[in-house]
Amino acid sequence: MTKQVQQLDRVIIRFAGDSGDGMQLTGDRFTAGTAEFGNDLSTLPNFPAEIRAPAGTLPGVSSFQLHFADHDILTPGDAPNVLVAMNPAALKANLGDLPRGADIIVNTDEFTKRNLQKVGYETNPLEDDSLAEWRVHAVALTSLTVKALEGFDLSKKDAERSKNMFALGLLSWLYHRPTEHTISFLQQKFAKKPEIAKANIAAFQAGWNYGETTESFSVSYEVKPAKLAPGVYRNISGNQALAYGLIAASVQAKLPLFLGSYPITPASDILHELSRHKRFGIRTFQAEDEIAGVGAALGAAFGGALGVTTTSGPGVALKAETVGLAVTTELPLIIVDVQRAGPSTGMPTKTEQTDLLMAMFGRNGESPVPIVAPMSPSDCFDAAIEAARIAVKYRTPVMLLSDGYLANGSEPWRLPEVADLPDISQEFTTEPNGEDGAFLPYRRDADTLARPWAIPGTAGLEHRIGGIEKADGTGNISYDPGNHDRMVRLRAAKIDGIDVPDLAVDDPDGDAKVLVIGWGSTYGPIAAAVRRIRKDGGKVAQAHLRHLNPLPANTGEILKRYDKVLLPEINLGQLALLLRARFLVDIISYNRVRGLPFKAEELAGVIQDVIDSD
Amino acid sequence: MTELLNGKGLSLVPKTDAKQSLKDFKSDQEVRWCPGCGDYAILAAVQSFLPELGLRRENIVFVSGIGCSSRFPYYLNTYGFHSIHGRAPAIATGLAASRPDLSVWVITGDGDALSIGGNHLIHALRRNVNLNILLFNNRIYGLTKGQYSPTSEVGKITKSTPMGSLDKPFNPISLAIGAEASFVARTIDSDRKHLQSVLREATAHRGTSLVEIYQNCNIFNDNAFEPLKDPEVRDDITLRLEHGQPIVSATKAVVRGDDGALAVVPRAEVGEERILVHDAHNPDPSVAFALSRLDEPAFEHVPIGVFRQVERPAYDVLMAEQLEESVAQQGPGDLSDLLMGGDTWRIG
Repeated sequence: MTKQVQQLDRVIIRFAGDSGDGMQLTGDRFTAGTAEFGNDLSTLPNFPAEIRAPAGTLPGVSSFQLHFADHDILTPGDAPNVLVAMNPAALKANLGDLPRGADIIVNTDEFTKRNLQKVGYETNPLEDDSLAEWRVHAVALTSLTVKALEGFDLSKKDAERSKNMFALGLLSWLYHRPTEHTISFLQQKFAKKPEIAKANIAAFQAGWNYGETTESFSVSYEVKPAKLAPGVYRNISGNQALAYGLIAASVQAKLPLFLGSYPITPASDILHELSRHKRFGIRTFQAEDEIAGVGAALGAAFGGALGVTTTSGPGVALKAETVGLAVTTELPLIIVDVQRAGPSTGMPTKTEQTDLLMAMFGRNGESPVPIVAPMSPSDCFDAAIEAARIAVKYRTPVMLLSDGYLANGSEPWRLPEVADLPDISQEFTTEPNGEDGAFLPYRRDADTLARPWAIPGTAGLEHRIGGIEKADGTGNISYDPGNHDRMVRLRAAKIDGIDVPDLAVDDPDGDAKVLVIGWGSTYGPIAAAVRRIRKDGGKVAQAHLRHLNPLPANTGEILKRYDKVLLPEINLGQLALLLRARFLVDIISYNRVRGLPFKAEELAGVIQDVIDSD
Repeated sequence: MTELLNGKGLSLVPKTDAKQSLKDFKSDQEVRWCPGCGDYAILAAVQSFLPELGLRRENIVFVSGIGCSSRFPYYLNTYGFHSIHGRAPAIATGLAASRPDLSVWVITGDGDALSIGGNHLIHALRRNVNLNILLFNNRIYGLTKGQYSPTSEVGKITKSTPMGSLDKPFNPISLAIGAEASFVARTIDSDRKHLQSVLREATAHRGTSLVEIYQNCNIFNDNAFEPLKDPEVRDDITLRLEHGQPIVSATKAVVRGDDGALAVVPRAEVGEERILVHDAHNPDPSVAFALSRLDEPAFEHVPIGVFRQVERPAYDVLMAEQLEESVAQQGPGDLSDLLMGGDTWRIG
């Protein structure tokens, strides 16, 4: 039977199942095949904080969405074209996101009376007409997998476990994905359990063959490779890119990296990744708590290391006092905040942009801290280097604001040439800087206002620093009112004077009346929405802030250039508050705090409304 | 690496040939403790002890938290970091773990180390980072003007406890032994000779050394340790701990009772052979722990000296060893290789 092949320009697939069903792995493998094939792609894992919520329940559903295309794309996609639902819970939890006509591949074996009851289905949706709006492909994934593995020396339970690979095989057939990678991946992953490796490969191939032979799939789809800029690519998540960026920063700053960290979702993967690269001279210290993590990083910075701490919002709250100490001792330090939904514990695995004001103001006293926010998973690499550059050059703690969406999402990354990375190294101070061989630890560089960084082991520069206010120049304890006022202003002026690039505006015809501005991870959805508006002939300008403190020097001028300024944020208007206060511009805020990224369609509607309103 | 593992306390810290004196370690800052404070005696003892080590001054760092004692680093002409309340062990851990060539000291008090910073203290002890922690115990909050501390006796009347404090105090020595400390000692501000002898052993130990120093706060808790200073009784109640020597005071001796517990009995009533001989290097911490409990009831008898000193690899050395192993196995890190290391593909 010759099957029809249909060309598509893009596809959005969502794999959904129980958190024990291996959906993240399935998604990762499909992504790897897609990357290898040369499509542009963007992914959105979505999983519960519980490691194994009760099987078959709605809270236990884990999903992985992948958007791939023959052109460059900016988001993991608004709504799936295909849903793979491994059980009734996965179907129920995701059905609301599916547009009419989308394909649903369901594992019929799991649609038992008991499983249906668990999620409140009174009748089997596969048997009533409640799914009539969609194209349902009913596949007995579990029993087909078990049957395919009959010859293997495996328990039924172990055989059933391979059903995600059967599903992956089927989807790989359906979208013409290469298979070699997955096979070699499985061989490596189960190198010590060859029987399991063989079984998974057999299940994968059985899934592929099922697509090829069965009549329930009459069409397969092709999405041609994307025409991306020439170069070497790899797929990378935000957390991995951030870890690599920190390693690169250590190399480019010629400083050993010291990471003090305490495990916290969704930042722990940065600790895991950095702990694997000790041959770069990286010391990773899993501390007893968040405070010790940042404390140890600051102690290492005093000793001449590139001190880093990685955490999420609750950890930043605990670290605040130590960050204040870094502000006043003027030592380089990087605080990575992978933001998650709050307040308090909030929703650890869900994304938000709600820590901006904490990063900006969340310390006692006047304690300004520079803030850098990456705008895509791969941009976490460059943002980490930029944060380190500022920290080292200006001797200051720097907040790097990533978020859960960037951390776990992935995209193809065009690898930079190492030779092109900036040299961010600074010299330690080794000579006295005062009269008669005296060393003045708070005599500043006239240009940057940075103080000397003289590390223990440097003879003749012995000095004491601390949290008590210091006399300008000598650094000795001082309660002098005038000195304190001067020091407060000097610390502020140092941060205000940090060299950050101008804000760029994308306004192709130069005659847009509306500017949409954003920061951090909303870049993708905003840019995708802007494209939609322009495709329909609309005019809108876009700008995206990477430096939140200090703001680029031309920010005010740009905001004032447009009749209307729209600012979408995944919070209740934190950047809007800052921009309004600073520039007296009547920003139009658009805010949703659902723990999920914006959708391009949603933002396009919001932008259109602003354009249309008078 | 074996050399590192076997290295004694300061073997990795560069030495100087220059002759040093107390004067070299005095900073130009005016000392601002209350007149009569026990901190003066400890500062003088430390300043006059440091030249004995013969270390390069620039390789010595004093890190402190918050409290009266934490002003200490300002008065020493070494590198110093006066940090925030309770966090000195954490900050010093980062410094010592990344710089094995430094002699890192933590200066802390009973409130700083045992109350707000209790968590950092116990974890520093179990990790065995190469630190000398001097815990000035005056059993009161001084800098905040006289509230009871986690080592104050039950029923302490203070500004915050007008009807007496309710909570049982920590015994810092018991706590440290329970936290897997490899070096635990107690000394007293008024006995410079003993204090310096303990510092000598603490610095010779590679790993975390905890030294509790009974320190008099003459403003808010004066004479807290008076029985140990009073010539009339001190020799009777002070049980000297010296490795390999019987544990005795002038009139008392420590023996093992019939139930296995330690007991303090009149020295005249027991033969030498029954007196417990101190073994600071015993891997089993139970006897050291039992000794730490002998100071109750208060000041009937108080053990002074090194309770425990056992060899255990220091954290900074183990950390450095993993880095070296990693380079030996995989070669030094190369950024380009790292970036290209995943599944890559080429376009164009």
